[in-house]
Amino acid sequence: MSALYPDDLYYTKDHEWARVEDRDGQKVATIGVTRFAVEQLGDVTQVDLPKEGESVKAADVFGSVESVKAVSDLFAPVTGKIVKVNSPLADSPEYVNEDPYDEGWMIQVALSNTKELDALLDAAAYQTFLAEQGE
Amino acid sequence: MVEFGGWSMPVSYPGGILDEHHATRTSVGVFDVCHMGEFHFSGPRAGETLRRLVTNDVLRLHDGRALYTVACRPAGGIVDDLIVYRLAADHYVTVVNGATTDKDLAWFVDNAGGACDIRDASAETGLIAFQGPAAERALQTLTRTPLAGLTSFSLTVDAVVAGLRVWIARTGYTGEDGFELFCDASDAPALWDRLLEAAATVAGKPVGLGARDTLRLEARLPLYGSDLDDDTTPLEAGLGWVVKMDGDDFIGRDALRAQAAAGVTRKLSGFVMTARGVARHGYQIYDAAGEAAGQVTSGGPAPTLEKNIGMGYVPPRLAVAGSKLSIDCRGKRVDAEVVAGPFYKRSKKEKP
Repeated sequence: MSALYPDDLYYTKDHEWARVEDRDGQKVATIGVTRFAVEQLGDVTQVDLPKEGESVKAADVFGSVESVKAVSDLFAPVTGKIVKVNSPLADSPEYVNEDPYDEGWMIQVALSNTKELDALLDAAAYQTFLAEQGE
Repeated sequence: MVEFGGWSMPVSYPGGILDEHHATRTSVGVFDVCHMGEFHFSGPRAGETLRRLVTNDVLRLHDGRALYTVACRPAGGIVDDLIVYRLAADHYVTVVNGATTDKDLAWFVDNAGGACDIRDASAETGLIAFQGPAAERALQTLTRTPLAGLTSFSLTVDAVVAGLRVWIARTGYTGEDGFELFCDASDAPALWDRLLEAAATVAGKPVGLGARDTLRLEARLPLYGSDLDDDTTPLEAGLGWVVKMDGDDFIGRDALRAQAAAGVTRKLSGFVMTARGVARHGYQIYDAAGEAAGQVTSGGPAPTLEKNIGMGYVPPRLAVAGSKLSIDCRGKRVDAEVVAGPFYKRSKKEKP
């Protein structure tokens, strides 16, 4: 059982997470949605993602998630070029429910501005935010 | 929990919508539908009054029998869809949608002209649906009333279930065999608990609003407020079978006769998405040439069929099986195809 909100991730108020790694000097963020988002969505039936090579901009919509009950937009936590897309989600959208921080990741982005990370929440701040929202 | 017509109701229980959907299709789903409205029509003129208030011929009912109908405005628009149960020649009960209970009551009272007594029993009536192929087997463990003899759209008012006095009706809103149990509102929590226990013995589950919607959509049962409203007529909605034009008059008959003679200009049609995409209420429908053709009224995944499906109003030329449509799913045109009849039809009754 993984943590509800792992400490090594960045979070947004739109309920996305980003795991940032250094790859030969280039910061790459793996992006997905949080356990809270998954609980709100319910059973995910379809994930619509951009393609590798496309760019995303922080706070802009980069895709959408269809659950049984509704459709929800995905917002990019950071700006950059998409270096990888979790293509197995096309056939197995349930990974998002089952394992949102690992198998359920959505895109990997090569950061164009690492300063954007300063604006993101850490696990404690995200949980405080959830608590303030009455969740 | 979500606000639903003044009630706080769960979209799903902890197992999730898909789990609840499949449990209802394969075993039993238990639905708290206490939000539904119940009106008692009583007095010697109750039957003839109701006949005038709804489109289906309630005067053909016998005691302990029920029918599905709509009530229409003079111009033919649907006030609500409902089930009418006949308890006795001078006593009928209607079950109406929860969100429209107040509107319906006012409309019935205004149009009955005092010809019979109309009493709103919604607050003191509990209603729990027990639906699925194992419903009869599981419910029979709680009652001596022989359920096998209770046919579809029948009602018994003298049953005892788990020691509680209830009415049992063989009706529902899932496309499955099943029952709806009416009880005193104060008995509803105890009845709920016992029904859940009985359901659990056959791997049944409580079911929230989310799966209630996917189940009814697969069975192509319309939802008032989404597929039906004050501006749609039963003929447009494919509910011509509940409109009995001959015989006694009813409100809306002249308008519906005129519409039947002239032909409808739009029809509620079911479609299956043939490309990747999910249609939702309010999305635009286009024909194969790209011309705007109507709007989606209900849509979403069909978990039993593992397809995405929906319904919407389209011109009659498109309302035929095989018609190609495209639906604007958030800026992307996604292909869909019209299909006839229910998306899901249950197989024959489970053998005990």
